[in-house]
Amino acid sequence: MVFGIPVYPGSNCDRDVGWVIEKVLGQKVRYLWHRETDLSGIDCIVIPGGFSYGDYLRAGAMAKLSPVTESICDFAERGGLVMGICNGFQILLEAGLLPGAMLPNKTLSFICKFVNLRVENNKTPFTSLYKKGEVVSIPIAHAEGNYTCPPETLREIEENGQVVVRYSSPDGEVSEEFNPNGSLNNIAGICNKKGNVFGLMPHPERASEAILGSTDGLKMFQSIVQSLLKA
Amino acid sequence: MAKYSVKVFITYRKGVLDPQGVAVEKAAHQLGFKKVTDVRVGKYITMTIEAESENEVRKEIEEMAKKFLVNPVIEEYTYEIEEVK
Repeated sequence: MVFGIPVYPGSNCDRDVGWVIEKVLGQKVRYLWHRETDLSGIDCIVIPGGFSYGDYLRAGAMAKLSPVTESICDFAERGGLVMGICNGFQILLEAGLLPGAMLPNKTLSFICKFVNLRVENNKTPFTSLYKKGEVVSIPIAHAEGNYTCPPETLREIEENGQVVVRYSSPDGEVSEEFNPNGSLNNIAGICNKKGNVFGLMPHPERASEAILGSTDGLKMFQSIVQSLLKA
Repeated sequence: MAKYSVKVFITYRKGVLDPQGVAVEKAAHQLGFKKVTDVRVGKYITMTIEAESENEVRKEIEEMAKKFLVNPVIEEYTYEIEEVK
């Protein structure tokens, strides 16, 4: 299995994601500099977190114009699996691969802490190894993770089961109290209608080894490997 | 070819929560500016565009706005054009 990890100027979680895929899962990684366009032989793209182009203009706004992003859009169009983590999620939104947009956190602060997520949809290639309703502990680290979209889009993604993970209490209760950033309906991650593109603000790669305090994120990468094996 | 000075103003759309605007408004009230309401914080971008006509400049700006300057899900924009004499 070959995972492609695009590297933009300012990406800073590329090696962390690569570590999990290579050292923890034993799969292959190809780093793709932002000017690269050849994705042949790649089975899955993981867009890492960080601050691509310094978050200039808007988080993800510059990265969507990179040659590698254009190739990723084609790859997704053909049904390829694409996961965007944190800044990667913001890039997917800006590129139009996922609906909606990010606003600054309600608190206006950069939030870096472990949060609880309730798995809403385990029928995606990214979450198939979780149980529906399972609560997992994965850290967030962002200033702009306040997910928003027009009311009709919200209705649509809720009805289609495109909300994949939601911020919750340790018991899975979803309420404003457990919403760290102000996201609509406590949304932490969504997928597209087809289910092959997934973006989330939390960092599963930072919760994939016991030494990091949680291994709850590892199943996300393992789900992808299993889905690819089945395909 | 003439040169045009362009000012682009980008703000969050009506109805989109603007956390910075809310914070600035609260601060204004704390300082005694009690009559201040509807504070919105946005972006102000200036540029110079070389073009044959003002119409051509309009086209350029609107094309740029569509392609990347503005995110229509959350933002709206206005602009002003002035020929550089």
